[in-house]
Amino acid sequence: MAIELITQLGYVVASGLFIFGLKMLGSPATARRGNMVSAVGMLVAVISALLDQGIVDFTYIAAGMVVGGAIGAIAARSVAMTSMPEMVALFNGLGGAASLLVGWAALSPDSGAFTLVTIVLSILIGGVTLTGSLVAYGKLSETIGSGAVTFSGQQVVNSLVVLGIVGGAIMFCANPTDLSWLYVVIGLALLFGIMAVIPIGGADMPVVISLLNSYSGLAACAAGFAINNNVLIVAGSLVGASGIILTQIMCKAMNRSLSNVLFSGFASVSTEEAVVEGEIKPISVEDAYYVLEAATNVAVIPGYGMAVAQAQHVVKELTELLENNGCEVNFGIHPVAGRMPGHMNVLLAEADVPYDQLLEMDEINPRMETVDVAIVIGANDVVNPAAREVESSPIYGMPVINVADARTVFVLKRSMASGFAGIENPLFYKENTRMLFGDAKESIGGLVREFS
Amino acid sequence: MSGAEYLLFILMLSIFLGFELINKVPATLHTPLMSGANAVSGITVVGAVALAGTGSETMSMWLGMGAVTLASINVVGGYMVTDRMLSFFKKKED
Repeated sequence: MAIELITQLGYVVASGLFIFGLKMLGSPATARRGNMVSAVGMLVAVISALLDQGIVDFTYIAAGMVVGGAIGAIAARSVAMTSMPEMVALFNGLGGAASLLVGWAALSPDSGAFTLVTIVLSILIGGVTLTGSLVAYGKLSETIGSGAVTFSGQQVVNSLVVLGIVGGAIMFCANPTDLSWLYVVIGLALLFGIMAVIPIGGADMPVVISLLNSYSGLAACAAGFAINNNVLIVAGSLVGASGIILTQIMCKAMNRSLSNVLFSGFASVSTEEAVVEGEIKPISVEDAYYVLEAATNVAVIPGYGMAVAQAQHVVKELTELLENNGCEVNFGIHPVAGRMPGHMNVLLAEADVPYDQLLEMDEINPRMETVDVAIVIGANDVVNPAAREVESSPIYGMPVINVADARTVFVLKRSMASGFAGIENPLFYKENTRMLFGDAKESIGGLVREFS
Repeated sequence: MSGAEYLLFILMLSIFLGFELINKVPATLHTPLMSGANAVSGITVVGAVALAGTGSETMSMWLGMGAVTLASINVVGGYMVTDRMLSFFKKKED
């Protein structure tokens, strides 16, 4: 009895540490300690769980922890910051799989109706999280095509899968001793995870990762109900809430509803072309240097292309040279720039750009008129003025960074191919826009050489 | 209070708390927030150890051991990579 009490108190302490750790994540100055606090909370929770009197053999527990811990540690040390989105996707999937297994293992012949329902929920959410994350991982790491996969009758197939899940779940709860219904539910949940993510294109991945993040928490939460454990519920719902908030922020930043992201994609882009006035004006590295040398206020707008070109370090070099030249440099970061929320911030932080130089869209836009040169690196849709000006554009209404308000805009771009969403960008044809064609890393490197 | 109602009560309070806490996280920290949250979702390991430690070589024990392994990857990898990321975030020194 006494040990049981210690375990429960341990869970209370752990929950408090998780909450406190999350609170400290609210500011860059305390975030690292916050993560430590949360990790200590996890340690307390695990030790408390190991006091459980039902545990008679620690061999398999130790084996699982050592193997899992080693894999996790190696992955965490070796992953490149540009690959963070796929790493997070993969971890989400593992979390979902763990909840699926716990739900499954929690099944016993004397489970009551409430427990059976929660077991089904943890299997269902866990299964969808697992395969959905694996597909997201494949798309993000480009091991499978990153485009949206659609086929005729997709809605019908998905509806059948959902009906099958509901039917299987009901049959299982009615006859919990017949495991074949359980296997049906597991199989269909795994299938549904795949079906749900394949129609979503690469540019919408920030929403998908956030949502799967939320699911991995909700799966842990459901598993908590299945095994009657409150620390799982507290921690799981904190994660669930976090993922939902990020999902909302991402959707808002694209001016789309969640259902629009999940069910339509950009597959039906209208082919009617808005007539774009003006012409493309290329600029050479040398001429770009002369403009930058005279500038006193520069804004850099990075996008996924910067990550692809691995240009963040050379961008930092250019920033330093500009600052030594008496110029103010800021970064304007759109919420959906990159492949996951905050992706650009992490890349730039790794390249030693101080975080107070990284401005959010709402901070940089009012300052844009005082900016001499706005440098757009590998971003497209998030700076597309069509979102403000062209009502027929599929991204009309999406908040964008108003780079065209700057005196001069440099757009670093590999070629004239349109962005992920396949939408024409009138920015390239504006009077004050100059195109610096070529690999972003080489172009910026060229500018750095001109300066030094 | 006992059983299900008690657990649902906890669920409701922690969801509200989660919304309050995470709304205050600035956009610049969204990636570490996500991977940190991911590590927290490895809390499933707490439930898994009881299932993996029964000492009986049943289906349930093997499933529990699998869950311990997967959740440990999540916990250790999640916290370590978050710490690595957060170590990059520096304020401008003047």
